[in-house]
Parts: sequence; structure tokens; C-alpha cells
Amino acid sequence: MSSSGETPGFFGGPDSNRQKFCGVFCPVDGSSDRRRRTVDFDALSSCRGRNQEQQVIDRQMDISQQRKVEIRETSGKEALQNLDNGRSDRLLIKGAKIVNDDQSFCADVYMEDGVIKQIGENLIVPGGVKTIDAHGRMLIPGGIDVHTRFQMPDRGMTSADDFYQGTKAALAGGTTMIIDHVVPEPGASLISAFEQWRQWADSKSCCDYSLHVDITEWHRGLQEEMETLVKDHGVNSFLVYLAYKDIFQLTDAQVYEVFSVIRDLGAVAQVHAENGDIVAEEQRRILDQGITGPEGHVLSHPEEVEAEAVNRSVTVANQTNCPLYVTKVMSKSAADIIAQARKKGTVVYGEPITASLGTDGSHYWSKNWAKAAAFVTSPPLSPDPTTPDYLSSLLSCGDLQVTGSAHCPFNTAQRAVGKDDFSLIPEGVNGTEERMSIIWDKCVVSGKMDENQFVAVTSTNAAKIFNLYPRKGRISVGSDADLVLWDPDITKIISAKTHNSTVEYNIFEGTEIRGGPLVVISQGKMVLEEGTLHVTEGSGRYVARKPFPDHVYKRIKARSRLAELRGVPRGLYDGPVCEVSVTPKTMTPASSAKTSPAKQPNQPVRNLHQSGFSLSGAQIDDNIPRRNTQRIVAPPGGKANITSLG
Amino acid sequence: MSYQGKKNIPKITSDRLLIKGGRIVNDDQSFHADIYMEDGLIKQIGDNLIVPGGVKCIEAQGKMVIPGGIDIHTHLQMPYRGTTTVDDFAQGSKAALAGGTTMIVDHVIPEPGTSLLEAYDQWRQWADEKVCCDYSLHVDITHWDDNVKQELDSLIKEKGVNSFQVYMAYKDYYQMTNSELYEVFTFLAERGGIAQVHAENGEIIAEEQARMLQMGITGPEGHVLSRPEELEAEAVFRAITIASQTNCPLYVTRVMSKSAADIISQARKKGNVVFGEPITASLGTDGTHYWSKNWAKAASFVTSPPLSPDPTTPDYLNTLLSSGDLSVAGSAHCTFSVAQKAIGKDDFTQIPEGVNGVEERMALIWDKAVTTGKMDENMFVAVTSTNAAKILNLYPRKGRVAVGSDADLVIWDTDSIRTITAKTHNSAAEYNIFEGMELRGAPQVVICQGKIVLEDGNLHTTSGVGRFIPCSPFPDFAYKRVKARKQLAVLKAVPRGMYDGPVSEYSMSRGGTPSASARTSPTKQPVRNLHQSGFSLAGPPTPDDLPIRPAGRRIVVPPGGRSNITSLS
Repeated sequence: MSSSGETPGFFGGPDSNRQKFCGVFCPVDGSSDRRRRTVDFDALSSCRGRNQEQQVIDRQMDISQQRKVEIRETSGKEALQNLDNGRSDRLLIKGAKIVNDDQSFCADVYMEDGVIKQIGENLIVPGGVKTIDAHGRMLIPGGIDVHTRFQMPDRGMTSADDFYQGTKAALAGGTTMIIDHVVPEPGASLISAFEQWRQWADSKSCCDYSLHVDITEWHRGLQEEMETLVKDHGVNSFLVYLAYKDIFQLTDAQVYEVFSVIRDLGAVAQVHAENGDIVAEEQRRILDQGITGPEGHVLSHPEEVEAEAVNRSVTVANQTNCPLYVTKVMSKSAADIIAQARKKGTVVYGEPITASLGTDGSHYWSKNWAKAAAFVTSPPLSPDPTTPDYLSSLLSCGDLQVTGSAHCPFNTAQRAVGKDDFSLIPEGVNGTEERMSIIWDKCVVSGKMDENQFVAVTSTNAAKIFNLYPRKGRISVGSDADLVLWDPDITKIISAKTHNSTVEYNIFEGTEIRGGPLVVISQGKMVLEEGTLHVTEGSGRYVARKPFPDHVYKRIKARSRLAELRGVPRGLYDGPVCEVSVTPKTMTPASSAKTSPAKQPNQPVRNLHQSGFSLSGAQIDDNIPRRNTQRIVAPPGGKANITSLG
Repeated sequence: MSYQGKKNIPKITSDRLLIKGGRIVNDDQSFHADIYMEDGLIKQIGDNLIVPGGVKCIEAQGKMVIPGGIDIHTHLQMPYRGTTTVDDFAQGSKAALAGGTTMIVDHVIPEPGTSLLEAYDQWRQWADEKVCCDYSLHVDITHWDDNVKQELDSLIKEKGVNSFQVYMAYKDYYQMTNSELYEVFTFLAERGGIAQVHAENGEIIAEEQARMLQMGITGPEGHVLSRPEELEAEAVFRAITIASQTNCPLYVTRVMSKSAADIISQARKKGNVVFGEPITASLGTDGTHYWSKNWAKAASFVTSPPLSPDPTTPDYLNTLLSSGDLSVAGSAHCTFSVAQKAIGKDDFTQIPEGVNGVEERMALIWDKAVTTGKMDENMFVAVTSTNAAKILNLYPRKGRVAVGSDADLVIWDTDSIRTITAKTHNSAAEYNIFEGMELRGAPQVVICQGKIVLEDGNLHTTSGVGRFIPCSPFPDFAYKRVKARKQLAVLKAVPRGMYDGPVSEYSMSRGGTPSASARTSPTKQPVRNLHQSGFSLAGPPTPDDLPIRPAGRRIVVPPGGRSNITSLS
């Protein structure tokens, strides 16, 4: 997986992680020479004012005339310059309004070999380049869907959209990169699960992807695997589950240890936040009452239980000084907890998903079983119809930062596994295709956020948190050519009849949304134009991510330097000591002493909580020599005053 | 010698007492009246009472007469590794009476795995022998199985216990899992008990303790460093979530930090039935002393949750107590000698936990909250006595000056000033964590069971006169709201036709949430996984056995026409 050969010299950052090139997309000889023509940014901004005025006039004319973008293919003599490939890797976008998370400006963009080569006015580009005339429309960095579960195995079934269908749907919605979750079976190796997912994705994915790895059980042996994943496989985020009792769920002590490991490795701790113990009890109670339909799912996963788990994971993350990322923020109270924690200074990020931003949980009571079941996901959609509005407000003000889709749909026959018991319904909703448009419609059209914030929450923040920035999430020279020409005026009605997912139900069925992608460019190639998709199965590359993302770890590093604790130098206690009976009151520290590794074979899943510390009895005395630097003979304040009163 | 209930009140029958010219202070109002008591009960209240001749008369001269304090949380004579706390029931209740507290509620702590009833009997025996004032008992639930359920039943129905404490800390010892908490709370909600909780996240504490020791921090400062405030707040939050799910009234013992108190007051604003108990220590002092160079002094402050190192905490907690966000003040009196504390001289985790406070409780609250103007005298009575009586379902027998109530009274002197010191206190411990503190306000006369036990600074207590006061379940103070909510909280299923479309093949080997019920076979994990499902839904049932669905519904033609269930809507 060496990648040094393709690294452009001007861009030494995360770009060096590029791992795979597809056949269609091969480097052009001599392209490196053209780098010199890159327009530098300062020069660009100095002449911006004048140019902008012209652009504004241009745009107004455009709108009155036509709505389509013009795409000019090469013709005649110019075509000779593109001998290798009819469908050129070179692309010029003229007259676009480039929208990054910090600013918007008008410029042309020239890309080649899947990388943005030049940005500016009057670019000098080779002849015969395919040109898109944007007529002042917005050009945004392609969306990054931070949370998908394509092709996810569940009890012998697989979620309905595989990597091909899923990434196709993503591209259709303006998302040019996905980050999928690797879910290893408890007991299985993380690395082999990771390799399995790589294999599935490499053969099918149509857009760049990366992978989170879920920690579904915990013992110290996994620490090495995590280290390998971080160092050799480009994984910098791990998800732990506080729910799914007896399957994936970890205890608080395990979560503490996982977070400590994650912090040391420089990764981001993700958490599925629901109190699995309470959920299991509630499920039982609800079933006892004879409620077996999908409404039982939401009744047994109350909002409070989500908020409790978020609060707990924030506490553990604070204790371990580990950055925390809460996946699937579905309720007001969970979002509130995150917002409060951020105010107190915790490094925590919240991820609402398309479903929680776009719809609510009232459909669980639908009389149509299949429809109600299509909404089943965990944590569930909140039955409170004001939730989507509330979450989009928090997303707009920055209390929540990133949006995913948690796209993991199952078709109706698969859902019907739980037709007599809601707790058996496979969980997951669609949303990767609708994500960008839903957010535009709910947040930008309604005036809650501007276009820059839109870019931030759909792409840039994700790239920053997962250390992909500025390769992804930004339109700048040297960044990947993953771009979307966004049309704020398109209106569309979401329907399962027209969507790109394979499932029969779309949870946003009938929602009218404004705003959508006009042209989508992935890896420098147009994959969506004029409503037609041209995707290539297997063309997606795995994007490796480095540990210690600055966006997250700058603060963590500073704090870990501060957080040194010191003991109080005291003389040795020389008073009487009470006799203790033999059976000691097994207080907390016994945990490490109790779990002897030898016991492990008996309890493979449950008690893998081995502590790496060896603090059993004897060592306490070993600590005393450390005090030797203190003057023990004459303790501060005079000799042997230790037992005196006052 | 044992006294069951108030029917067989012992030999003190001839005690007739009249308090003249006092100002009676209850939690709702204050008024001037004389009080006549006889046989340990208040018989008359009013002006110009007609009383038998030869009655002993106390001139109160306009001083406040308040209901005797109830210390709702003590650990007297608590066994600890073969020894006991230095204050036994005699010494401890004597200290209580000296401070104006005429009733204590002690915690029974059964060893995990042993019988609750036996432990209860043991505590009853210890207390009946020695205690100088009336008492009642909480029982701590230190493990959970079906046996415990039966014992709880009998404790509630026959033994007069209505409050039970569970621990979220002390990993591998007392600590309970969330599922167990859920089951305990559900059980108590049905039987009318109050769920008390020691709220700290024991799992994280264990990790932090190991880390501290590894760093070479072995002194008492390690105790507070390994139990940060946040862990207390987290556990309080979790306990409230579970209590709210199970619709069970919750009582948080030992509120020691601002953040824990905030969580409680937020929950109360949301309507949760939750009570918070700050203790004398958290209201009166802070955790800066853990860094004292005097090991023995630092160790004497060790208690769990620890005192907060934030010096503004006591003031904050006093404010919340005054505003009613915290309900009742206890002392968690549990004292050890220096020699006992020294068990942990090389390892702070071994230091026995507990502080003094039963004697100082009333005066300290008066000084911190009433003289500063945070609360009035009525609120003072509420937080030191009345609320506790209401929560324990002893009101109005205790916690109120009224005709028919027990003659447990205190004449409170608002102006006396005393300096607390271990030299003069009534506890047997060498250290007093409030050492040197000057407190305004003190009891002038204390009357317990109709007899004067403190007068002119002299204590006249008699070991063994204290009676066990049984508490009955379903205290109105907590359960009125809970009952009303129970009636509302009926969940209904959606009547649907049967799903008649295709069903995927699936294996039970692994999955999302669902298999929880199928997976936990009751035989394998006896203690931990009490979560046995009552259903037999393991295999996919055939479509025609659906007895669970409401029988009254027309299933043949589902609402909206036939078989439209799989069609796209």
C-alpha cells in the first residue's frame, strides 16, 4: 500500500495516504509540470473585488435565461490533445461561486488526475479540456457521509444496500465520500473484520471511502490490534456500544479502558449512546404487556435512556481526557447534554443523522406494519415532532457539528423477521442520498445557517475531525477533486420509486425538498450530470486517516500536559494501626487482582476486563521509595506530630 | 428488652411535663402556645391549659420550641473488618441528643450474600440494647436475587422498613448493575418502598484508584482525586433515569457536590420524584483538608462521595437546601478512630470511610442557613425533621409539634455560641472534622419521649430506652404523585392486521439488540443476568398463534382494507 509515488510535492499532508488507483483513472505523464501554473491565493484575493462585480452581473443574466449548466466537450483540433482518453480526466469549471466553510468567492477551478490543480481567474489550461460553465452557481466540496453501514451483516442477513448501491445513492445525493463502520463479531479479530470490509468495499465502492472500526468486546489483546489498525491501516476512529446488552455492550470500566487506549493512540472515540441495560428491561416489560409492533421499539428506547448514556460517556471521556464523538444524536435531551458538555469545555462532537433531522417517530404508530418497521433504528426517532427542528437549530449554531446518515436499510422481508416481536426487527434507516438536500432544505432555506455553515456540517467538519482535511472537505489547490455544483432552487419530492436505494420504503417518502446537486464530480470525473448517474463499480479508493487530528487533539494534548497530579509529601504515619480481620473489605482496587487472565476461557464474552495494572498489595510498598526524596526523618512541621490533634 | 410500636410504652409513664411560654415552630407556621405532655405524647397545646397539679414546668420565655431533629442517615456501630465504628448506638445516640436530634435512622448493611432479615435482626438487637432515642432502620440491598425479594417483602410488610439503599459504587462488593437497579426499583415501586441510592460510578472509580496508586499517590488526597465530582453527578443522573423509567421515588443519600445537587434540582424541575440529602459534612466543610500534611487529620475527612475540594460547595448546597431543591439533611455519622483509619496509611483505598456529624447537624444548619438569612425557622424545621418524617411515613407522629405527636421536642436557643472541638464533643472519635468552627444556635432543652434529656448543658440519657419506630410503605409524600402517574402510564399497542408478506431467513447466532431475550438463558449466569425473559419468542412463531394481539380487534379485515400491509403507502 505504498503511496509515495503519487504524492504531489506541493501537498504533503494527508494526500500521501492515497492507496488505490482504479484503472480508468491513471496519472497522465508530465502532469507534474503544470503544477507551476497554480495561481496562488494571495494574488487571487487581491483582484477579487473587481471580478466579483462582473460575476454578479453575469449571474443575474443567467438566471433570467436558463437554468442548465453548459458542458462543452472538446471538439475538432483540440481533441487531439487528449489522445489517451476520450473521457478526459481534465476538467475546468468556469464561473462558479466556490463555497468553503470559511468564505465564498467566484473563480474557475481546473482539475486533473483527480486533484484540483488551479483556482483563479483566466486560468491557463491545456486546450481541449472539458469545460463546465457554472454560471455563478455554487460549487461546494463533495459531502462526506461520516456514518454508513452498507452491506452490514445482521444475523445472517445483509443490509439491503451493498457498497455499490450505497455509494451510488450517496453520489446521487452529492456525497462523494463515505465512512463506513466495520462491525467485527464479538470474539473475532478486528483486523480480519477490517480486511473483510476492505475487500467488500474495494470491489464495489463507487466513491472514496474510509472505515471506522467498532469495538464490540474488550480485552487487552485488542489493544495491539487497535494499534496496528491506527499505525498500518489508517483507522483513527473506534466506536463503542453502550447498548445491545450481551452482544456489543461494554461496561463502564471497559469503556474507560478503551477510551484510555484510544487517547494514547490519538484516535477519536465514538459511542453508540443508549443504556442497554435499561433498554433490555424495558423491551421485556413492553413485550409482557402484549405490545409487539414497531411502536414497542420506540416505547422501549425512551429518550431519557439515550441522554443518560450520552451523559455517562461524556463523564468517562472527561476522566480519560479522550475526545468523544456521539453517533446518531436522535433526541433533544441527548443534544442538550452534548451542548452543555461543550460549554463546560469537553471535547465532544455530536452527529445528528438525516433521519433525526428530517422526520420524527410518529410513524412508529402507523397502521401499516411495513411502513412502521421501516423507521426502526436505534436510538429511535423521537416521537416529539419538534425534534427535527430543534436538532437542525443546534446543528446551525455549532452545538452539533457533523451529519451522517447511518444509512443501513433493510427491505421489508428482512424487517418481517420481527413481525411478532419488535425487538427482532433489524435496525437501520436510509438517508445517505437525502442527507445533503434535507439539510439544505431544513437549515439553509429556512435561514438557520448560511451556505458556508452548510459546507462545514456536511463536509468540512467531518474532514477535520477524522483528519482528512484539507484533502477532503475543502476546495483548494491540491485537494481532491470531489466537487458538487449545487442548485439551491431544484425542488424534488422524495419517493421510494425514484431513489437509488434498493429498499421498498423511504422514510422521507413524500417530503418535498428544495436544493440538490446539479453536477457531482468524484475523483475528478463527472458522475452526475443532468440527472444521469455514471458510476463505476470498484472505482472508490480507501482513504487512510492519520491519528492525532489537530482539530480534535490540540486541546487534548494541552490538557494532558496540565493534568499532572501530585501526592502530598508527608511524614510516615507512626501511630497505632488497627488490626484487620483476614477477609479484607474488597474495595474497588481489587478489580485488577480479581480478574486473573486464567479465568478467561470460562467467560469469553463477558469479563474480558483485564486491567493492565498490577497493583495488588505488594506493590504499594514499592511506592514508598519514591518518597525518599522527602525528608522523612523530620517531617515538615516538626517531628512525629502526625497523630496529634489539630 | 424490646418495645414494639407505641402500645407498650415502658415504665416512664409518670412523666408529665409542661412547657410554658414557648413559640412553637412547625414547618408551616410558628405560634405562641403552651404544651402539655404526658406518657411521651403531646396531650394539649394552647393557652391556659388545665393540667394536673405537681407537673414539672419549663419556662421557655419566648424561645422556639421545635420538633426534635430526625437524623435520617447514621451508621452507628457499623461493623468494619472485624471492628466497629467507634460510636456505638449508646455513644452515637447520646451525641445526637446533645445536638437536638431525637430520632436517628440507621443503615443495616448485610454482607453481600447473607440474609437481609438476619442482618436486620442483628441491628435491632444492637440498637435495642443501647440506643438512647427512638430509631428506625434503612436496609441496604447489597446483592440481588429472588431470595432478597422475599426478604424485602417481609421487611416491608412485617418489619417496618420502607426504605432501601442500593450502591452504584464499591465495585465487586456492593455495586449493582443497571439491570439490577432497574429490577430493584421496579420491585420497590410496586411495594411502596423508597429507593435510596449511594450514587457514584464505581467502575470508573476503580480505574481511577488504580491510576492514582500507580502514580504513587497513596495518601488521603488520592481518595478525592480518584472520586471526582463528575462521577457523583453521572451516577445521580443515571439513578434518576432508571427511577423515572420505573416510576419509583428516589432518594439520593449524601449529596456532596454542586454538580450532583444541580442534577437533582434539574430533575425535580422536570417533575421527577427525587429527594436529595446533603449531610452535615457537605454543608459545613470542604475537601481542602485532604491535602493536610497531618495524615491523621486528612484521613479523618475520608468519606464517599468525598467532600468537594471546591470551597464554595457548602454555601451552594445550603442555598439549594433552603430553596427546597434538596429536601432533607442527614449526617452519615460513621466515625473511626485514627488507629482504624491507619489501616490505609499506605494505600488510601484501604482507609475506612466515614465522618462525624450527628451532633453538629442542627446547629450547623442553623448557623449556615438561618443566621445567614437563606432560610427561615420553619424551613429549618422542615429540612431537619419534618421532611424526613414525611419521607419515612412517620408524619405527623414525628416531625411536628401537634396534639397526639410524640413528645420529642427541642427548645432552641438562637443566640448561644459554641466552638466545636473534639475535646468536648460526645463522639468517641479523636478528630472532629468541624474542629474550631464557631456555631451560633444550639439546643437549650431537649425532650425525648417526654423526658428531659438535656438541660443546663447536662445530658441525662439512658441506654436502651429508645424504641424502634416502624415505617409503613407508600408514604403519601412520595407516592401520591407516583400513583397518579402509574394510572396514566398505560401503554397501548397499535391494532394492525397481520403482516403477510415474505420473511427473510435469519440465524440467531448474532445480531443487533434483539437477541437479548433469546440469548440470556437463565441457567447459565445465575447472579449477574437476572434478566430472564418471560417470553418464548425465540423461534419465529407461526402467523396464526398470535394470542398477544388484542382479541377484540377484527383481524380478518385490517383497518384500511385487506392485505394492504406490504404495499407501498
